[in-house]
Amino acid sequence: MPVVMDADRMSRSLARIAHEILERNRGVDRLALVGIRSRGVPLAARLARELQALTGTTVPTGALDITLYRDDLMRHAVGPQPVIRRTEIPFSIDDRVILLVDDVLYTGRTIRAALDALIDFGRPRAIQLIALVDRGHRELPIRADYVGRNIPTSQQQSVQVRLVEIDGRDEVEVEG
Amino acid sequence: MSTATTLRSRHLLGIAGLEPDEIDLILDTALAMKEIATRPIKKVPTLRGRTIMNLFFEASTRTRMSFELAEKRLSADTLGMTTSGSSMSKGETLADTARTLEAMAPDMIVMRHGASGAPHQLARICRASIINAGDGMHEHPTQALLDAFTIREHKGRLGGLRVAIVGDLAHSRVLRSNARLLTRMGASVVACGPATLVPPGLEALGVRVTTSMDAAVDGADVVMMLRVQHERMHGLYFPSVREYFTLYGLTPARLARAASDAIVMHPGPMNRGVEIDSAVADGPWSVILDQVANGVAVRMAVLYLLAGGDERADASAA
Repeated sequence: MPVVMDADRMSRSLARIAHEILERNRGVDRLALVGIRSRGVPLAARLARELQALTGTTVPTGALDITLYRDDLMRHAVGPQPVIRRTEIPFSIDDRVILLVDDVLYTGRTIRAALDALIDFGRPRAIQLIALVDRGHRELPIRADYVGRNIPTSQQQSVQVRLVEIDGRDEVEVEG
Repeated sequence: MSTATTLRSRHLLGIAGLEPDEIDLILDTALAMKEIATRPIKKVPTLRGRTIMNLFFEASTRTRMSFELAEKRLSADTLGMTTSGSSMSKGETLADTARTLEAMAPDMIVMRHGASGAPHQLARICRASIINAGDGMHEHPTQALLDAFTIREHKGRLGGLRVAIVGDLAHSRVLRSNARLLTRMGASVVACGPATLVPPGLEALGVRVTTSMDAAVDGADVVMMLRVQHERMHGLYFPSVREYFTLYGLTPARLARAASDAIVMHPGPMNRGVEIDSAVADGPWSVILDQVANGVAVRMAVLYLLAGGDERADASAA
């Protein structure tokens, strides 16, 4: 059960991603962060703090629950429905560059759902994808614009991202 | 936070079959659903390809529209039937109507019916999930759920609240579903109405019963007014509408006995000047239009949660 990312490495990765965001977008003008529930939300908040520290500007930040857009939701006639939590995007996404934040990029299906959900909120100028971990095995033509760490895995393994805000500590562990 | 992550039955026939953690799950899910009404595109693809039949064998405006809107916001295919113009008016029995509709393979059936227990009968016949949208004088579960959601929204909780439910207790399925739900969630409920409209055995629902409106409203956090249901009254239950209003109408003066931050509710449609004074219905205490808005979110939550139901693991249809 190796820990592939500790708290120190995680915070340096997020700091680097913040710099890459500024370089690529030439500043924070018209940027907004949207975290995918659950663990994308605290990651988006941390990136907002990094960007605030670097530029003195507050980047609007929202939370997106993609459950209602999942492609596997109604495919199983049997079984409990996933619990839905609130989507909170307290700003217009029209003409903004949306930085979509998730903890693990895997098949790409979550991101597909998130793109559909976001488009229902308006017409952003662009959407860029941030993933703390990219573990491969894409099933859709989706790639991240910013990656904390690429971690080669097998499909039998699982990747656990733990964050202080939810789990009490920062680490990424590969299990199985 | 709720601990249930799923409903135990694939039908919603009444509050009677729901545990407190299931009620919390529905209300928490409704909170997420409510946000969808604030979006530019008020629709999510969740129930795409699902067919929902709305069978209203009794007059209904808000409940039927509210269910239809909830279904459309979840992208379900919906079709409706009302008694007039249906085969029921040609003498077909409910069971035969149910089997006929069942042959068209709907995923869910929302039904309002004048006979208590009609949705339970449907649940025994149909493979579809059945949602009771009001059956006779028995239950109206989504009304109680949207009332609870509205109370929670304004008071932050249900437990420990004093709720007065006033009016036509005899004919009210809203009272029965609300009394079950609110007492189950730890609120104390007093039911109040003229002695001729107090049915025997009401205390079995866990409520206190009084015929004095002043006693009922005294210190209440929530005052819920019930409609005088002229259409169900086949006898003379009170001498005149004017006397009813004098004794049981909610006026600003009477409301002054309630808690200073009390809210006033009504399931609609209101009889102004019969059970409620216009000054109260349109006043700052009134959350009556919040109830209507919340009804859509609560029904979306119920539809979503039942859509994942397991037809083999069904306990309560029997």
